[in-house]
Amino acid sequence: MKPSATTVIWDRDNECMPREQLEILQLQRLQHTLELVNSHVPCYKNKFSALQISPSDVRTLDDLAKLPFTTKEDLRLNYPYGMFAVPMRDVVRIHSSSGTTGKPTVVGYTRNDLNAWTQLAARFMTAAGVTADDIVHIAFGYGLFTGAFGLHYGAEEIGASVIPISSGNTDKQIMIMQDYLSSALVCTPSYALTLADRMEKQGIDPQRLSLKVGLFGGEPWSEEMRREIEKRLGVIATDNYGLSEVMGPGVAGECQHQCGMHISEDHFIAEIIDPETGQVLPRGSVGELVLTSITKEAFPIIRYRTRDITRLDYDACACGRTHVRMMKTMGRSDDMLIIKGVNVFPTQIEEVLFQVEGCEPHYQLVVERAGTMDTLEVQVEVNERIFFDEMKKQRAFVDKLEKKLLSTLGVGARVKLVEPSSITRHEGKAKRVIDKRQA
Amino acid sequence: MKVEQISIFIENKSGRLAEVTQALGESNVNIRALSLADTSDFGILRLIVDKTDLAKDALKERGFTVNKTVVVAVEVPDHPAGLASILTILDTGTVNVEYMYAFVERCGGNAVIIFRFDDPEAAIDILTRNNINVLEGERVYSM
Repeated sequence: MKPSATTVIWDRDNECMPREQLEILQLQRLQHTLELVNSHVPCYKNKFSALQISPSDVRTLDDLAKLPFTTKEDLRLNYPYGMFAVPMRDVVRIHSSSGTTGKPTVVGYTRNDLNAWTQLAARFMTAAGVTADDIVHIAFGYGLFTGAFGLHYGAEEIGASVIPISSGNTDKQIMIMQDYLSSALVCTPSYALTLADRMEKQGIDPQRLSLKVGLFGGEPWSEEMRREIEKRLGVIATDNYGLSEVMGPGVAGECQHQCGMHISEDHFIAEIIDPETGQVLPRGSVGELVLTSITKEAFPIIRYRTRDITRLDYDACACGRTHVRMMKTMGRSDDMLIIKGVNVFPTQIEEVLFQVEGCEPHYQLVVERAGTMDTLEVQVEVNERIFFDEMKKQRAFVDKLEKKLLSTLGVGARVKLVEPSSITRHEGKAKRVIDKRQA
Repeated sequence: MKVEQISIFIENKSGRLAEVTQALGESNVNIRALSLADTSDFGILRLIVDKTDLAKDALKERGFTVNKTVVVAVEVPDHPAGLASILTILDTGTVNVEYMYAFVERCGGNAVIIFRFDDPEAAIDILTRNNINVLEGERVYSM
């Protein structure tokens, strides 16, 4: 497929490389990375020798499946610097991912790593539509979290004007958007809705701001949520993907065709596995995304289990890029709830809520066990559009939601309407599930 | 001929009703009539107040979900079968009563009932044609 004349591609040689050529490049880079970790990272050396495998056994890309996985647990055991492949004198930046339990994980970057990251961020931001004329409003928290810095350097590389506002203080964010004419918004999708809510409360029409594109990441979000953000903020809402263990934002990003995020395959190899068995699944299957870095120096990572559930699409994209597209993540393999033996992802519930007209995504799932039976309660915040003065209509609304949940999930859920703002919100990630069964 | 009513979503937990009435009191809003429909999870509180918009804003500011609806205030003779006669008239006219509740104050010697109809226009038409007195909003708010 020929790219259309209007498509701006940051690094055409690499992004549109024919697949046969790309695979040769991937194999060369993979072999180099394996040599590097085998000689400099004891954790990998031990894992390889336990399986009696050496880097020279990897002769094709399919041989990757013979290598052991790397998990978050490996990173914790080697806290803080045990997984680094270069001496600290070569490390110029350190980031870290939030540790929900125990120690956080620490990652490092050499000068070359930072340059590559900047290029990859510029690449996906260009694909989303950011140009040198944009004023990029970065509302990710600046700090150990990779989100803000990754997009910051990418935007500067493109030549855009960067507003490093960081997270929090929603009123100030809105004032700056109005006064500084922010045209590209970078934040989590749930924060984009928080901004829309606040603007609505203040009587500000988002359509009158200068915003034209949103680059949202850091948490899974649905197509319905995309439509809501686009409608309420008047932007093209694009998705991007990254995790600090692999690099940060810029691992993958959507082009303006919004049909999945192109994974920068000249820097990463993507596989889809069955989260239960660890087997590589055939092309097109839904499963857990596993990533291997093939250009990183300070913190190379081999077959990292992202825990994100998705599907890869190798069909040609209308934009002309040849890199594989990963679909929106459908949840995390460790977020998957098993209710009465049925696999339930919080995102499925989100979709049902969006389908029922006027329903905003403020919800929380409460799972409990009464005797031996699991119960799922979906708490939904009421708003003016779904509140009626007639009890008959209010009950009918609840019934409709419950029926739709049952048909979508295959397991019954009780819907409980709660007052607005009674579900805890975080300006970063939303807590969607309370599972009381472990107690 | 129509009366504005506000309805408020209230979660079934202690203190919520007190918060509503407190908010109204602080805004110097006087409640003229009320009804509460409830389930085990939540309730719908409907109020007729002397200052509808002020009440709505005050409650929204405190985070409540509030809607405004149109209801009809009907004068009902205060004697046996007084209400029955009116419901019979409405029944022949094929308008449906969604819910109704009594007003605190009397209008002359008559009671006042607040009706929520599926079609308020048609209901008012039928009632007035049958010489039933339907009260103006202004009159109701200041009763």
